[in-house]
Amino acid sequence: MISIEYLILITVFPPLLVCAITPFLSDRTILRDLLGPIGGLVSSWGSIKLVQAVLDGEQPKLEFLQIAEGISIGFTVTPLGALFGLVASVLWIFAGIYSVGYMRGNKEKSQTRFSTFYALAVHAALCIAYAGDLLTLFIFYEILTFSTYPLVTHKQDELAQKAGRLYMSILFGSSVILLLPAIIWVWVITGSLEISQNGVLDGKINPKYAPFLLMMFVFGIGKAALMPIHKWLPAAMVAPTPVSALLHAVAVVKAGVFTMLLVLTNVFGIDFLSKTGASFWLIGLASFTLLTTSVIAIYKDDIKARLAYSTISQLSYITLGGALASSMATQGAALHIVTHAAGKITLFFVAGAIYVGAKLSKISELNGQGKSMPLIFIAFFIGSLSIIGVPPMGGSWSKFFLMLGAAESGYFFVIAVFCVSTILNVYYLLEIPARAFFFKKEKQITPKIPVLITIPTLMTCFLTILLFFFIEPFQNLASLMVGK
Amino acid sequence: MTDILIKNLPILVVLCPLMMSLFLVLISNAFISWILTLLTTVLTFILSILLFQEVQTHTYISYALGNWAPPLGIEYVIDKVSIIPIIIISSISLLSTIFSYKLMPFDVGQSSISKVYSLWLLAIAGLIGLVTTGDAFNLFVFLEISSLASVALVAMGAKKDKQALVAAYNYLIIGAVGATLYVIGVGLLYSITGTLNMEDLSNKVKEIDNNRALIAGFGFMITGIMVKAAVFPLHIWLPRAYSYAPSAVSVLLAATATKASLYILARILFSIFNISDDLIIITLNYVILPLSILAMFAGTIMAIYEKDIKRLLAHSSIAQIGYITLAFSIGSNASIAAGFIHMFNHALIKGGLFMAITSIGYYLQKRITINTLSGLGRQMPITFFCFILCSLSLAGLPLTAGFISKLYLIKATISSEGIWIVFLILISSALSLIYLWKMIEVLWLHENTKKIIINENPSIYISLLIITFLNIYFGLDASLIVNNSESAANTLMGFSK
Repeated sequence: MISIEYLILITVFPPLLVCAITPFLSDRTILRDLLGPIGGLVSSWGSIKLVQAVLDGEQPKLEFLQIAEGISIGFTVTPLGALFGLVASVLWIFAGIYSVGYMRGNKEKSQTRFSTFYALAVHAALCIAYAGDLLTLFIFYEILTFSTYPLVTHKQDELAQKAGRLYMSILFGSSVILLLPAIIWVWVITGSLEISQNGVLDGKINPKYAPFLLMMFVFGIGKAALMPIHKWLPAAMVAPTPVSALLHAVAVVKAGVFTMLLVLTNVFGIDFLSKTGASFWLIGLASFTLLTTSVIAIYKDDIKARLAYSTISQLSYITLGGALASSMATQGAALHIVTHAAGKITLFFVAGAIYVGAKLSKISELNGQGKSMPLIFIAFFIGSLSIIGVPPMGGSWSKFFLMLGAAESGYFFVIAVFCVSTILNVYYLLEIPARAFFFKKEKQITPKIPVLITIPTLMTCFLTILLFFFIEPFQNLASLMVGK
Repeated sequence: MTDILIKNLPILVVLCPLMMSLFLVLISNAFISWILTLLTTVLTFILSILLFQEVQTHTYISYALGNWAPPLGIEYVIDKVSIIPIIIISSISLLSTIFSYKLMPFDVGQSSISKVYSLWLLAIAGLIGLVTTGDAFNLFVFLEISSLASVALVAMGAKKDKQALVAAYNYLIIGAVGATLYVIGVGLLYSITGTLNMEDLSNKVKEIDNNRALIAGFGFMITGIMVKAAVFPLHIWLPRAYSYAPSAVSVLLAATATKASLYILARILFSIFNISDDLIIITLNYVILPLSILAMFAGTIMAIYEKDIKRLLAHSSIAQIGYITLAFSIGSNASIAAGFIHMFNHALIKGGLFMAITSIGYYLQKRITINTLSGLGRQMPITFFCFILCSLSLAGLPLTAGFISKLYLIKATISSEGIWIVFLILISSALSLIYLWKMIEVLWLHENTKKIIINENPSIYISLLIITFLNIYFGLDASLIVNNSESAANTLMGFSK
């Protein structure tokens, strides 16, 4: 039996290894393309074992080095981290298969560079999940930004360069200007960067200043895409779809909201937040972002742009769940990381499939195309239902918990926000399958969708249904997170 | 034998480069003079390491020059404070001597090499003497030795660009004004205390209160040293001097020259005078603090608008000097320690950045502006890699030495001055990202317009690699620097009590 400390390494290192080997395999494409999914399997095995260990009440911990007093680099697996690590590593398998199908089907250039940085980004995301303290978290947060930059600018044309610059300046700028100082602030007042189950700030910080510290964290975590620092996400959609799918629906943005939840629960602590009301403004901001971006999504005709705005809106659910500072809402937020990831990756897979198979990227062009690619559109339909929160899809659980949490914390207007947003979700997501199946066909297209695209799409679609029935381990992790 | 060696270490570490500098004038062969210089700097480095170990156990080493007992005779003092600049100067001079092997002949021509190295060692001897001496007037002598040697070194850049002569002239005149102010101050203090020994001065100064000559003397000394340390707005000699000097000279000066003067500034403020004195408190709060903040912003903003890279780095140095003087101006033990931490780290950072940029200049055989860098990052991966790491260190990102500086500076500032200065520090360090990113973006992302093949030369990048490694190493294990800077601050403050 392998000691649980090494399980962290087994989970974290496969993507790094893939990243290191890939550049030497640019001529042997089959081997190169196999590496991703194989790495995903190994990582997933490790992350599942870690989840079991955490559920057994253990806390795997690995410390590498001590830089200065109270500052060290190391990994600790918290319940929330185990949850996020599981999501990132399992979805990497599917995204790995999918990206092979997509890149080949679309005849993209520089596929080796793509695979290299893709693996590095996954590595960074996993390290964020298991980060033992705020500095480790910050370092891998930056590595994630830098490793996704070449992926966003993959096409290397004018538009991609411009998007890349926006992406970099918002994500890197916000983290260095606000997140890092916020982390230093925590170090100055507590003398350490360790995170703890119930928060570290209670009694250390003057409650008057707490909202400002929270503000520095919230706007410093650009990856959580709260308004007004959400612009990078739609811009990043110039990247190839596998990037948008794994990174901008799962790894990068989830790393953002994961950091946000970690800060809210393990740095501030939900008791401290509800006692002082330091996060009250965040509830307002997240609700505003949630509704505004849903409305913007309605007006987007480009599929990926619409999904991007929908992602921003769904991320705000998670932030909102954390900001409500009740144990139910926080659990709901943690579950939403899982269910939204499965749902949204399916939707992005479909968008990519349509683009590769039929060269369509506008919603208005999809009229009547449902019959030519039925499986793909059914997958989209199921994914949409999960995001909307209809049983029996996984998404219904997280929405249920979030609403309970809103009621528990006493902010009843938040329930209204959730309801309105659900209606908007229905409107902008279901328009796509509705057009595909019920509108009159305008263009005659014979789509050719590679098998390597169809299979992972159907699998993640199946996953969203499975999540409805097997939510229990996730729910246990979430309740461990809030200390129940 | 070892006993004698150890007893004479404080003077040997100065004499070793000084004597070799005189000897080198007689040699005409370029290679031999380089080898001799290298050996001298290695020896100086070893001596300073020995001194470092000695100071760990004895904390205070005094050497009476010519056996004339201290208050009257000249005293050399090595304690936990002065050892920091000694280590900085000796290590950087070793690295930049290695670095200069290819670059010096390229910049100044084969024929005058041995003379240049003679000046080079003279400058190093001057700088080390400056920080070892415990005598206020002897300090002036070394100040002049190092300045005049540096001026001549800067002027050697004239072979590449005639602007170097103007730069050297500016440096000479402004430097001379600074030194004169300092010596007037020393004279005034001498007139009321009758002593030149620093420790003695500090004892005598305590007994005098509210004497106008004392205040005037203090003002002259401080202003003179602030010129040498390039504290804003007395920095105008610096950008030109750094940017037109021969490559290796830029590295040496940028990493060491102002550090020595900053150390003297700290000595005057905290050990000759007393932190609890009104005079010092007023100077710190109403002169040095505002000037430091202005320097942080002025230097950074000038760097943002600068096209010439060497000059850009020089402007950024002004901002970084602002951080160090800001740390001093807060005047708590923790903040002075932060100042010393940054003094050391900044020498590593700026040394690395100047090495990277000047070696790019050597590969391209021309002066580098932001446009000439276009797309060259891939052409010279090692240099570019080091450049990025040093830039990240300058920006103060985690895992680099610069982060440690920033961390301790902010910690010290929060605990004594409050939040608004921290905000200013953060804003100015965020602004520094603009010019750093500008350079990295051009190097990495822009298309290479002309196809240039560049072969990176190991004799050039070896010292760059070492200094970059140190930047990372001290970012991962900061205990050595932090502990020594803290004990330096304690010694400095204890001295005055």
